[in-house]
Amino acid sequence: MNKIQSHSRGEYNVYSTFQSHEPEFDYLKSLEIEEKINKIRWLPQKNAAQFLLSTNDKTIKLWKISERDKRPEGYNLKEEDGRYRDPTTVTTLRVPVFRPMDLMVEASPRRIFANAHTYHINSISINSDYETYLSADDLRINLWHLEITDRSFNIVDIKPANMEELTEVITAAEFHPNSCNTFVYSSSKGTIRLCDMRASALCDRHSKLFEEPEDPSNRSFFSEIISSISDVKFSHSGRYMMTRDYLSVKIWDLNMENRPVETYQVHEYLRSKLCSLYENDCIFDKFECCWNGSDSVVMTGSYNNFFRMFDRNTKRDITLEASRENNKPRTVLKPRKVCASGKRKKDEISVDSLDFNKKILHTAWHPKENIIAVATTNNLYIFQDKVN
Amino acid sequence: MSQKQEEENPAEETGEEKQDTQEKEGMLPERAEEAKLKAKYPSLGQKPGGSDFLMKRLQKGQKYFDSGDYNMAKAKMKNKQLPSAGPDKNLVTGDHIPTPQDLPQRKSSLVTSKLAG
Repeated sequence: MNKIQSHSRGEYNVYSTFQSHEPEFDYLKSLEIEEKINKIRWLPQKNAAQFLLSTNDKTIKLWKISERDKRPEGYNLKEEDGRYRDPTTVTTLRVPVFRPMDLMVEASPRRIFANAHTYHINSISINSDYETYLSADDLRINLWHLEITDRSFNIVDIKPANMEELTEVITAAEFHPNSCNTFVYSSSKGTIRLCDMRASALCDRHSKLFEEPEDPSNRSFFSEIISSISDVKFSHSGRYMMTRDYLSVKIWDLNMENRPVETYQVHEYLRSKLCSLYENDCIFDKFECCWNGSDSVVMTGSYNNFFRMFDRNTKRDITLEASRENNKPRTVLKPRKVCASGKRKKDEISVDSLDFNKKILHTAWHPKENIIAVATTNNLYIFQDKVN
Repeated sequence: MSQKQEEENPAEETGEEKQDTQEKEGMLPERAEEAKLKAKYPSLGQKPGGSDFLMKRLQKGQKYFDSGDYNMAKAKMKNKQLPSAGPDKNLVTGDHIPTPQDLPQRKSSLVTSKLAG
């Protein structure tokens, strides 16, 4: 797949910027709550305005983003600058009219959903009923109504009575795209549980458990850490789900629990670097993954500002790089290759020269077009298919 | 459908495609890495999946502060009064506490050292 940087109609500009969360202090526990946003999810569009949910560790907020490109002019009682006119000076009446103005984008908080999570929120997911959504932290999942902020229902609770017995935590959760009663959550042990809210109020018993069997003789100190699932995403069709663990992307058929139907290696060459990746904490990096609109290609990020795409039909994969130095706008991205060891060919990059500070954790694919957004540490790249 | 890259280990079996052999070759680097880690940090005996590890994960990013000290420091800054302890760098306990502006960037991973036993 060929990609060029920058849309054919011109470059992308920032549409709107606003501060979603502020740093807070939890006085009761003497803790600081970061303003860092963990997840953002768009609501389906119902009118001219856009709505999104954004969450930090503790609080979810519903934001309304609206455009204003007209303003009323010609009031009878106010001057154009807003000052009130002396009513006695008004001798004629006129009808105010809307006149075009420079586009103004306004973001306003509409709901604040707070105080429902003891642990750090890692996921939010909007239900296909467009009325409810879930929020998940390390040990619990709550169900909210978008209109109601003072109440939420706890639907999953994996906190053991004795914390010494804690063996796994929730890492991600998502509602099914079509069945409003179905959701999944992934764990730090590499399992995914599918739950049906019709079965019971508290979905502690899963309807399905997805787990790939592991050869116990292959187990190492790192096995559990690298099997921890950092992201889970349903396909648009709802038939499949994709999980991302440290080294691979797996596609699961919801009808088959005992193993994934497809496995794609993202950066298998890192297996021989796990010691140093553990020491520098990179082994805990949480990569996301995404589907294209037709569910035929999946994409995820890696290190050195590389990102990877896997075509499920052709079984071909490609490694591309998001960086300014190596790609001028409108050029076709050159595929990259990492040389695991041994003789390095020209244009290949050796594992030891990878920059592990340049990580692409977040990627997104336009639901209909072949346009992707790739986030590096400080920049956002938007790529699209070559326009012929 | 597995797409494992070929491991560049001195292969005893050349070209053999048996699943378990491939996995054993794939495991050699991981076990070697484990040995390296254990050699550097001998106290790292317990399983990483144990509750200590997860407890640290649950507590990641927690920075403690004392609201009393914080408010006192805020008040001091308002009055622009310096502590009378003198120009030395040894601030009295309670003056040296975080304010929202001072909070440093933090790593997203475990803060407490997981390498300490």
